[in-house]
Formats: sequence, structure tokens, C-alpha cells
Amino acid sequence: MSVLELSARRLLDEMAAGRLTAVEVTQAYLDQIGRHDRDVGAFLRVDAEGAIAKASDVDERRRAGRPVGRLGGVPVAVKDILASRGELVTCASRTLEHFRAPYDATVIAKLKAADAVLIGRTNLDEFAMGGSTENSALQTTRNPWDLSRIPGGSSGGSAAAVAARMAPLAIGTDTGGSIREPAGLCGVTGMKPTYGVVSRFGLVAFASSLDQVGPLATSAEDAALLLEAIAGHDRADSTSVDAPVPPYSEWIGQPLEDLTLGLVREHFGPGLDAEVERAVREAVRVYESLGAKVKEVSLPHSKYCVATYYIIAPCEASSNLARYDGAHYGHRTDEKAMLAERDAERRHLESSGETAAVDELDTALVRMYRRSRSEGFGAEVKRRIMLGTYALSAGYYDAYYLKALKVRRLIRRDFDKAFDDVDLIAGPTTAAPAFKIGEKVDDPLAMYLVDLYTVSANLAGIGGISIPCGFTAAGLPIGLQLQAPPLEEDRLLRAAHMFQQATDWHTRRPPL
Amino acid sequence: MSEPYAIVIGLEVHVQLLTASKLFCGCSTKFGAPPNTQTCPICTGMPGTLPVMNRRAFELALQAAVALDCQIAPFTKWDRKQYYYPDLPKGYQISQYDLPFSHGGHLTISDAKGRFEAKQVGIIRVHLEEDAGKSVHDEQAGEADSRIDLNRAGTPLLEIVSQPDMRSPAEAKAYLDELKLLLVYLGVSDCNMQEGSLRVDANVNLHIAGAGGEKIATPIVEVKNMNSFRAVERALAYEADRQFEVWRETGRKLGDVPKQTRGWDDAADITRGQRHKEESSDYRYFPDPDLVPVTVSAKQVEEVRAALGELPAALRRRLETTYGITPYDSDVLVNQGQELVTYYVELAEASGDGKMAANWVQQDVLRTLNEQGASIGAFPIRPPQLAELLQKVRAGEVDTTRGREVFAAMLASGRSAAEAMRALGIEQVDESQLVELCRQLVAANPKLVADVKAGKLQAAGAFIGQAKKLNANVNPNRVREICLELIAKG
Ligand SMILES: [Zn+2]
Repeated sequence: MSVLELSARRLLDEMAAGRLTAVEVTQAYLDQIGRHDRDVGAFLRVDAEGAIAKASDVDERRRAGRPVGRLGGVPVAVKDILASRGELVTCASRTLEHFRAPYDATVIAKLKAADAVLIGRTNLDEFAMGGSTENSALQTTRNPWDLSRIPGGSSGGSAAAVAARMAPLAIGTDTGGSIREPAGLCGVTGMKPTYGVVSRFGLVAFASSLDQVGPLATSAEDAALLLEAIAGHDRADSTSVDAPVPPYSEWIGQPLEDLTLGLVREHFGPGLDAEVERAVREAVRVYESLGAKVKEVSLPHSKYCVATYYIIAPCEASSNLARYDGAHYGHRTDEKAMLAERDAERRHLESSGETAAVDELDTALVRMYRRSRSEGFGAEVKRRIMLGTYALSAGYYDAYYLKALKVRRLIRRDFDKAFDDVDLIAGPTTAAPAFKIGEKVDDPLAMYLVDLYTVSANLAGIGGISIPCGFTAAGLPIGLQLQAPPLEEDRLLRAAHMFQQATDWHTRRPPL
Repeated sequence: MSEPYAIVIGLEVHVQLLTASKLFCGCSTKFGAPPNTQTCPICTGMPGTLPVMNRRAFELALQAAVALDCQIAPFTKWDRKQYYYPDLPKGYQISQYDLPFSHGGHLTISDAKGRFEAKQVGIIRVHLEEDAGKSVHDEQAGEADSRIDLNRAGTPLLEIVSQPDMRSPAEAKAYLDELKLLLVYLGVSDCNMQEGSLRVDANVNLHIAGAGGEKIATPIVEVKNMNSFRAVERALAYEADRQFEVWRETGRKLGDVPKQTRGWDDAADITRGQRHKEESSDYRYFPDPDLVPVTVSAKQVEEVRAALGELPAALRRRLETTYGITPYDSDVLVNQGQELVTYYVELAEASGDGKMAANWVQQDVLRTLNEQGASIGAFPIRPPQLAELLQKVRAGEVDTTRGREVFAAMLASGRSAAEAMRALGIEQVDESQLVELCRQLVAANPKLVADVKAGKLQAAGAFIGQAKKLNANVNPNRVREICLELIAKG
């Protein structure tokens, strides 16, 4: 069996038993990247040298019988939005293209402490804003199952990397579905934990009250392994949950008894692709065959989820992205060109006698801000900054932001009620399989609807997982989403594992 | 008031809290370090960093608000105040908008010199926020070249907003003096204006009595850039005159023009209009999602109240009743700060004479401290030693004038009062010796004796002068008494 076919769990066992070395494992993945990433474009940067150095160090310690971290020698790909000391963190944006973080994100520090081999940085929609990774300012990432299609987003690079077996594990972030949606579209397992389970410290913020870091892997078992390594209370993140981390990977083998699955009535309406619906209903029958009961539940406010999300997320984003003004770090416009432009405008106004307009010319500082930001940000980021700025403006705050917060509470209440009756909610991760690259770039609203089934978990702050549950006739992966009450990551992982013990969708590999 | 108007003043005071570290990160708040050496990824707003509230800052803020008799909110949150400026690295300031942690307090002000009646100044709100950095501008020909120092960015700042309750520049100054004293007593802030740990903005307008007796309010002006309490007083006096003149010229009333901001130019002794955009700024406040709300229980508030200790107003009253000193004296002593009051109390107790102790502390101790620029903590004559001198003065062993010489000698040599007196050759003159000396003087001055007999008692003063020449240690009062006795007998 080739290294690439082994789960992270198996890799750890093999390395512990001395049948494989971390260098062999790392080299196998580097080779796979070398073979396929020119086509897929999952990685923005591959750190072959650093990865091999780390792997050798782990091997040496293992041989010497010294302690090795829980992910000792397992390659992990990381979405390029988490800070790592001394390294670039671009967020796939021109504005941070050359930015090196002077500190480690908590997740990165934990991965380093766990002796994971940080193999490279994966592509994303700029600042994690998008659902197709097409908003990356740096690179196009393709779906390994069909290179003409998007991998989903915003963690499209991480999902594609795992799907193409260019990394056994990957880190993503999920603000409205950005782990689950690409996981679903790429046929891998991806989980967004409950808000606060994983520290956000060092995660470059998109929408602070919605952002959450989570694992992508080929199985729930491996996702459990990675979550275990990155979860936990962090004093550097005031919103992190102060609770011990359950031993997810130890407990994952225990099947859930008396499981009741909820199917959300509102999730099976018009707009849901027939092949996706068929696969999801079939997945539910698998659970029934495993002894689960199925109930229909209602989330009456789910029709407001996308609208609510597209108020709250842009509001927070407009504020979080204010710091990219060219003054302290990130892209700054060319000063000479800026001043020349201003002088030319002034001369033009003066020569045409518009002296009043001369006084209205913006100052060099304001012009520096304006030019730096318009050059540094892509269209989607600008769109969201404008949406958020507008919604937070005096006179609009109550009608938009405040109302969105109220609806958000109602959405959470819907979930609380539903979870009185069921243990988990099951449904499609996305309404349709991966679309063609470029198909929706001119239709932002259609793009926003990609998040239809996933944003609710972010708004409610609960956890969700997407697992492969079938393929379309054209061979595109279909994802099943499970959602659980707050802090029930263990339940999500065990339920996903039950399904993966009974099916083999998650073991399928794209025809690269 | 002789002016045909009332001046209406509200003050907005910012004070830096005396915490070791910043409000949302661990960086030091010490003043004067080389630029940007007290910064970290958090207070420089690096992408991905998150704020964590400094508990100590919140405690200090609570103490200040409770001392100002504010109501403490059981639930308070943090808001982002958003604007672009190079000294604001995140593009927003973490502050408190609609749910400040406290509101509705007051501070009592009075004037020992009696220029105004004691009154309560209302406190609208007290909230906590982070300070911005500092920009050092070098603007030439419209091209800005600025340097930014972020050492100050993130320092905890308390904003204290008063009601427009003050009616004269003197009241405004008294409010600032009393507020500063309170905060320094609490140890909440050092209120050092030179180092920027206390900053004042004033809102001022006039209420003019119209021809029909109606009240006419002039437009409110915000005055900034005042770098001392004296400057505040002068700026407000200037504004009152200026606004009255403008009203006489234009007749503009409140609401006719947008609120104006003016800067105080200390050298020119005037306020100047500051350039600003016409539209009022929209800070797009919203709750900071990176921070959790803070809850405060009634029990916590009571604990803070119980631990406050004696505040300046209560301390003044206690000194007046316990030691019989005047409000003026208690004001001077208390305004000098806790350490001096402790010194005074020890001296008053040890000497057994509160009034005398107050005089010596104010005249001799404070003068010396001012001359030497020293603090009372380092003053070499401690209360027990000074009390010994005061007792000798009181017992007539040495008069006040020579007592000052003793004081100077104690200061210079570190000797005790008795030792210093011995070194100066001051010793009590034996009573029989003194009577003999007076007898000689009376015998030698028939003209003075005649004057005294004729009722010119002040002539007896001349005996004192002559006696002191013969023996510097004589007690002047005793000389006078004995001479008068001898003349009466004679
Ligand atoms: Zn700092």
C-alpha cells in the first residue's frame, strides 16, 4: 500500500512502529504535490526544505526514544490566513502579498508543538471571502475531480490538497461554510467546530464573531486527530471556550446509540439539485440501517440566514480590514505616483478656474489610504467592505446591523428548539455540486447562495461537519452535512465515523 | 457677575490609568521610552491579533467611578470607534459607546478663597478606552512626512464627561483640581499633564439675557489643546469674551451653525478655529466581537466602595474637626497629597498642637520642599523630630524666629531639635538671671520707663531689643513681662 493511501492515524502507527519514517512520508507527499499541483493549484507555497528538516528532526527523536508530539511527522497543509512567525501570510491578497507575521497563531504554535510537518500554505478566496477560491488574487485552484470546476471555498486550497492526497491533513477556516462547502465539493471530510473551540489568535480576521478554524482530512477519524491537536482554551482569545478538550480520537470508535437525526424541512425545497437530494436521502437511509431514527424538524428562520449573514459578516469585515491602510504594513501605493497624480489634478482644476474644487482635493494622507486600499483589495473584498460600511453608518445601523443581530438570535433559538427533539441535523452541504470556474463570477448573489446550508451554523455558533456521501453521474462529489448542538464535536465526529465505517465514499480518489 | 451673560462649561477629561501594562496587551505603559519600543503585535494591530482585557485597568476604572458616585452598570461592553488615522493602527479605537461601565455621578467643588459657592458638578459618564499612538508631524508644502510612535497606543484611558454645570473659568479649574486630587489619592492616575496622562477638552457657550428677559444660548464651541489647568482657565475666559463679541456682531444662536472646534494657542493667548470637514464624523460604532462583555455585581461594587479609603473631601472635614484647623489650611494640606497629610497628622499628634503644626508644615516644610523640588517622603526632618521643636517653641524655650534657625540647622545637620539648639548656643536663661538683666535695663533707661508710665506700652518693645543684644537666648515675652512688672513696682 502506498503512503498516500494511508490515513494519518495509520501513518502515526507505522512511524511509531518504525516501519515508516517521517521523511519518507513527507517525501511521498512532496512528490505528489510535484506531480499534481501544477494542475490543481492548491498550494501557494510549498516548504519542502522546512518540511524535510522537521521530518528528519522527528525521525531522529523517535529513533533516540525521545518524546514526539501527537502529530509527529504527519504533513499538514495550512490555509494561508494563519500567522506563523517569520513567514508570509498572504490571505491570497495583494495587500498582504509580502507580509511576514512576527508571531505564531495559537493553532500554528500547537501544530508545531505537536510535531506536525507544515508542508505548505494553501490558496483561498482573498481574506476568506468567497465560496469558490476564485477570489484569490494570487492563483487559481481547481477541483481535483474536474479541473474545469471550482474546488469550493474559501478553504478551496486545503480541500483540494486533501482530495488530491497532496496532504493527509489540512487546516481551514470557516466563516459561513468555508471548510464544509469545499470539503463537500472536493469529496473530503471537513469540520467547523463550535465557535470558540479553536483559538482565533493569529487567524487573520474576516468576521470575528463567525470565524472558526477547523480540520480537513480524508476521514472523520483523521479530522478528530487534527482537531484534538488544535482545540483548547486560549487566554489570548477572549472568545475561546474554557473547557477541556475531549479525547476525540480515542472515543471516535464508539458508535452512537439511540441516535435521532433531524431532517430540516426547509433544506429540501426548490433549488436543491436532484442528484444531491438523492445522495443525501440515501445517506440518511444508511444511518437508519445503523439504527438511527429520523425526524423532520423545522428551522423557520433559515430563509433569513443568508441575508443575516451578509449583513453581519461584511460589517465585521469592514472594521477588521480597516487596518490595511498602507500606514503600518501591507501594500502602500507608490508615493511619487500618488503625489504626481494629485499635482496634475490640482493643476487641471486651477487652469480650468475651479478654485473651490482645489480646496476639496483630498490630503496626501487620505489619498495614500485610498490608493493603497483600492490597489490592494480585490473586487469581492471591496464589495463587502462597502456593504459593511454602509450597514454600520449612522441612520442605517438599527435597520441593518441591529436587526441582523436580532434575527441571529432567532436562528440560534431555532436550532436550540430543533435539538430538543433530535441529536443531530442532517442535510446537504451544498445545493449543487461544484460549478465551472468563471460560471458565477459576474453574479455575486448566486455566489452568496452557495452558503445557503452552511451559514446557519456560523450564525448559531454551533459545529458542523461535511462528509462525502456520493457522486453525481458526472463524477462530482456530494457532501452530507451534520450539525450538532454547541460543544458536541465528539457527537459529530462519531456520527461521521459510523457512516464512514458503513460506506466507502470517503476513500474514493480523484482521477488525476 | 458683572457680565451680561452666564458662561456654561462642560469638561471632558481623559486620564491614563496607572497600570503596569496596556489595556489589551502586556506591553509596558511607562512614559518616555524610545519610540516604538513598548509595542507588540497586538497594540500595533498586526493582522490576526486579538485583545484581552486587563483586569487591573477595569478595577482602577471602577474605583474612580465609584469615588465619583457614579452608578455602575451591571453589564458593559466594548465598542469599536472607527476612523482612519496613522496613530490608530487597527483603524478603530476600542472604546465604550452606548453602554459605558458607569454613569450619573458627581463631584463637589468649593473655593477656599470664597470666589464661588460650593457646588456639585454632575458627571454624565465615565468610560474606559484605549489610547492612540502619537504622530509627530513635519508638514511642508502640503506634503506630510509624519513619524509615528505607538508606545502610547493601547494605554488604558478613562474618559470622564461632566455635565455643563460650571459657570466660570474658576469653577472649571476647581473641578479639574478636585478631580485630579481625587484620582491621585485613589492611585488611579498620576494625572501628569506634561506627560499627557491627563488631557482636557472643554465645551463652552454663553447664556445671554435677551432684551425681553429671555435666555439666548450661543453656539457651543469645543476648545482643545489646553496643556495646563491655567491654560484651561485662560482659554475659557477668552472664549467667553470672544463668543459675546461674535454674538453682538452676528446674533448667531445655538443651532445656527455647526459645533465648532477651536484650539488654544498658549503663546498668543487666544483660541483659533480648527479646520475640519463640514459633515460631522460618523464613527460607525459597533460592539467589538473580539471581546466579551464585562459583568459587575452589586457585591463587587460594594467591595470597591469599602476599599476606597478616605477621599479628599472627607479628609478635609476630618482635619478641620480633629485638629481645629481652618478650611483654608485643610485645603492646602489635602491638596498636597496623601503623603503630606500623613506627615501633618503625625506632627499634629506628636506636637499636640494641630494649628501650630499646620502653620509649620505650610510655611516651613512646604517652602523647603518647593525650594528643593523634593517630596515629603524624602524630607529629612520626620514628624517626631519636628514635634520636639514645636513643643520647645510652645513651652517658650525658644521663640518662633529662633525656632526657624533651629529648623534650618536641623535640616542642614540632621541633628535633633535639642542638639541643634545647643549647637546654636540656644539655652533657656535662668529666671533670676533674667530678672537681674531686666533690672539693669530699667535702671539704665529712664526715658523708656517714663514713656511706659505715660501709657506708651509699646515702648516696652525696646527693652526686648536691648535684652536680646545682651543675651540672644532670652525669651522676649518674659523680658517684656518682667520689665513692665518692675516699672509698675518701681
Ligand atoms: Zn502591546
